[in-house]
Amino acid sequence: MSQEKPSFFARLAIAFRVLFSSELAANAVRPALPAPTPKEPSEEPPVKVESEKPPAPTLAEEAAALQLLALLQREGRLIDFLKEDVAEFSDEDIGAAARVVHEGCSKALFEHFTIEPAEGGEEGEAITLESVDPARVRLTGNVAGDPPFQGTLQHAGWVAKDVSLPAIADGHDLNVLAPAEVEL
Amino acid sequence: MIRVGIDLGTSHSALSYIDPDLSEGEDLAHHVLKIPQCVAPGECAPRDLLPSNVYLPSEHELSAGAGALPWNSTPANLVGEVARGLGAKSATRLVSSAKSWLCHPGVDRRKPLLPLDAPEDVVRVSPLKASQLYLEHLREAFEHANPGEKLADQNVVITVPASFDPAARDLTSEAAEAAGIGGATLLEEPLAALYAWIAQSRGGWREAVEAGDIVLVVDVGGGTTDLSLVAVEEEDGELRLERIAVGQHILLGGDNMDLALAYFVAQRIEAEQGKALDDWQMRACTHACRSAKERLLSGELEEVPVVVPSRGSRLIGKTLKTTLKREEVQNFLLEGFFPAVNASERPASRERSGLTEMGLPYAQDAAITRHLAAFLARQKDALAGREGFVQNEGSFLHPTAVLFNGGVFKAAPIAERIIDVLTDWLMEEDADPVRVLEGEDLDRAVAQGAAYYAHIRESGGVRVRAGLGQSYYVGVESSMPAIPGLAPPIRALCVAPFGLEEGDNAPSPEQGLGLVVGESVRFRFFGSSVRRDDVPGDVLTRWTEEELTELGQIEATLPGDEKTVVPVRLEAHITSLGALVLEAIASQGDERWRVEMSVREPS
Repeated sequence: MSQEKPSFFARLAIAFRVLFSSELAANAVRPALPAPTPKEPSEEPPVKVESEKPPAPTLAEEAAALQLLALLQREGRLIDFLKEDVAEFSDEDIGAAARVVHEGCSKALFEHFTIEPAEGGEEGEAITLESVDPARVRLTGNVAGDPPFQGTLQHAGWVAKDVSLPAIADGHDLNVLAPAEVEL
Repeated sequence: MIRVGIDLGTSHSALSYIDPDLSEGEDLAHHVLKIPQCVAPGECAPRDLLPSNVYLPSEHELSAGAGALPWNSTPANLVGEVARGLGAKSATRLVSSAKSWLCHPGVDRRKPLLPLDAPEDVVRVSPLKASQLYLEHLREAFEHANPGEKLADQNVVITVPASFDPAARDLTSEAAEAAGIGGATLLEEPLAALYAWIAQSRGGWREAVEAGDIVLVVDVGGGTTDLSLVAVEEEDGELRLERIAVGQHILLGGDNMDLALAYFVAQRIEAEQGKALDDWQMRACTHACRSAKERLLSGELEEVPVVVPSRGSRLIGKTLKTTLKREEVQNFLLEGFFPAVNASERPASRERSGLTEMGLPYAQDAAITRHLAAFLARQKDALAGREGFVQNEGSFLHPTAVLFNGGVFKAAPIAERIIDVLTDWLMEEDADPVRVLEGEDLDRAVAQGAAYYAHIRESGGVRVRAGLGQSYYVGVESSMPAIPGLAPPIRALCVAPFGLEEGDNAPSPEQGLGLVVGESVRFRFFGSSVRRDDVPGDVLTRWTEEELTELGQIEATLPGDEKTVVPVRLEAHITSLGALVLEAIASQGDERWRVEMSVREPS
């Protein structure tokens, strides 16, 4: 257990920077990270972990995804919301719950991500593109010819400018998205 | 040296600093420290504020390392956002409002008392220790962000309420010392807000006020309301500022308002839907009410839905919802906390009963405007005899300008109500209405002003003169035969005069006091914010309740075991760090013993 590795904070900081920086995300690069500890590929089901054992080591990209889910559940009850069958409820009830989800998830989102439109300009208005970065701008409809293109901005897109997820302590089991709560 | 300001708040703390190497003149390189803290078990993230809370977990509650911080993977205590979050579900293990306990003279503040209603197995902490933990966390965060720098080596200013008594100030310094920030200077919070206003005006403050102005600083924090008056005078063609009065300690703040609104909403939900909120839902409701309040009172919306989520995973159908209208909130908060009262009204006073539950002495009257009326009336003569001010014939001191501080005033109607009420009072007495001095950042001004004060202490700049805001007295029992059923009459001997400043020498005459060697001798201790002319050695035989307030006990212990009586006199001075020191000086020889401002219970 005492092998040399970057501190958990440094390691995760690298992981998130690599995973979420916009250029790299566009190029779909897999982060080159020292694997924390070797993992048996098909050992255990994703959730249940014996308490006396250290939690299943998680690959950095899975870790970030699990962490984000836990965050959205904690702040905005997202998993609770999505796990329910909305068909059973009235719009009034769904609306009230949606306010909880919206308020909490947007707080979590804006606290940890800086998100900007991919393209300036008002949606529904004419736009001229001098050049096109296919990762940032998707041309649709009658796509023909060379830039400059004249068109209408249908959706301004979103780009994550900055990501700072909380650092995770060593040994913290990320598979637990929300612990059960038992009141004594 | 970096100039550091620490706002050690009742509900949140913050640290701000100025780097002198990057600052020039009024262009200051101001930083707000991002404070890494555990935000949930196993997760650490930086925040602008550190919630002033400690959580004392059970051994079955958290896995090892769940509190990991960048500088310590297994800290002994959970401080900050994680503490507040866990405490919302297990309130009996949460330490909060330690600062209010720090100035509670009825308890030994070094004794592990908190949380008051904790279960048996909890190792409680003292109010002093809790304050130390918050300061320690800030120190570690600062040192983590500035590798190679020790916070103790910087010029550090920590803010305290203007109404803190000498014991609470001493305990704050003691907590700082224990947290590894020895030598920090103390600054009163309303003054920090004033310094922040001066700093952000970049010299423009000289145009905003003039000689003859009396600035009222109204600082409503999370847990306390702090009032101060600052006089503007001219000396050799320069404006000079002096803090001339501070208010009493009022345990009433923005948190009380949000909580009151939450109870209002909870009652409505119960009436409309027949569902009672549990503690956890009350907290969610308080959060929702705070943001609803801010949105409604900023004029953005006429009504806002308030939703309280269910505790279990069934969110849809179990979420409780109601609607708050602007008019309701306005009436509820303004009429409840800032009613338009006459200048002659006074807060309902606290009944003293022999058998009170140990708890914080919260203000009994929630009306801040009544506390304000009482403060201004009490300070009516604060400027008596001073040149350059309109001599006051009225029933209260007439301020000419107001500076607001605290997140409560983000709701513009609250500030407007105070201005309206003040203007009514002033018009009644044919005085001019007050002006508002516009501050920039109501949440961070205290930490920023403290950093600015640390900066000008080194680099020069206008300083607000602020001597002792009270005169202090020790109680001496008259030597007379005991009368059954009557406490022996007590006389109050003045030991520190009003306005005593750093470097002042307040000579004290012989007082006929004797201390027993080898025993701790306790004195009753009193303060007065209105008796401005008493000098050390003056003895009061009678006084009104308005004039003198009992502050708790002070204690002197002379080492030795001879059991002899040494004749002494008590003398006060102010240290360069702004602390009041009371010493017992032997009448013969020059031995000195420090008098402790708070009494330790034998453990």
